[in-house]
Amino acid sequence: MEPAKSGINYEIIIIDDGSPDGTRDVAEQLEKIYGSNKILLRPREKKLGLGTAYIHGLKYATGNYIIIMDADLSHHPKFIPEFIRKQKEGNFDIVSGTRYTGNGGVYGWDLKRKIISRGANFITQILLRPGASDLTGSFRLYRKEVLQKLIEKCVSKGYVFQMEMIIRARQLNYTIGEVPISFVDRVYGESKLGGNEIVSFLKGLLTLFATT
Amino acid sequence: MTLRLVTMTKLAQWLWALALLGSAWAALTMGALGLELPSSCQEVLWPLPAYLLVSAGCYALGTVGYRVATFHDCEDAARELQSQIQEARADLARRGMRF
Repeated sequence: MEPAKSGINYEIIIIDDGSPDGTRDVAEQLEKIYGSNKILLRPREKKLGLGTAYIHGLKYATGNYIIIMDADLSHHPKFIPEFIRKQKEGNFDIVSGTRYTGNGGVYGWDLKRKIISRGANFITQILLRPGASDLTGSFRLYRKEVLQKLIEKCVSKGYVFQMEMIIRARQLNYTIGEVPISFVDRVYGESKLGGNEIVSFLKGLLTLFATT
Repeated sequence: MTLRLVTMTKLAQWLWALALLGSAWAALTMGALGLELPSSCQEVLWPLPAYLLVSAGCYALGTVGYRVATFHDCEDAARELQSQIQEARADLARRGMRF
């Protein structure tokens, strides 16, 4: 485990909403192997939203900084030291992983997916001028108080929630740094971007456009 | 909707900008300010909004097209990840994990 060798003090909080794929069982085994001071299992009864998952996890976090990431290996822990380094470098309130600049990129996306992604990001940049290149990414480092404050203010769901976090952070004058990351999609299972998600993304984008 | 630029919503900023530019263009093309512009200016000014719209469209398509074409494909990262998954599984199995 690289974090142990790098001397960074860490704990991992796993919030599982009763996933039917055996996540709970694996998490419990990891807890036994690495100790319950390193692996904190905090499950919930049923599938609730992402925002409430963040709130739930924050209750148990003892650190000063929180890293949010996907647990399906699309976000690689090897970037965590880079996030930390970037945060120290600029004393940033938030460090956002970006797939769109520098060495950032994706693996496993076909042309259609790339077009939708770049197109959506372009419209978002024009309309919201957010000062961050990747708004829908969910691999980020937050100062604990900043995360708490932002969650209180955000009302959207899904992709739009991630966008709203950055937009609200800008409104509150928090500083945001960026680290290019590689996003390896479809390590396990299918990745589909349905018409429904696109529609709700556009609705959310227009709402943010009209209200912030 | 307030007049202070910093607290305006993005929508309000766009509407204000469009209203400002739109009224300036209308005033100039209709000679409302009593300014008699030479006809060469008028010829450029009149179709300007349409021209700008088309240019904006081309810019958008060009930019998105360029960004899609240069979207970095992380083949190395995917390969590295697969080998690390194998390593991790072996390591965890040694420590007692049952898959």
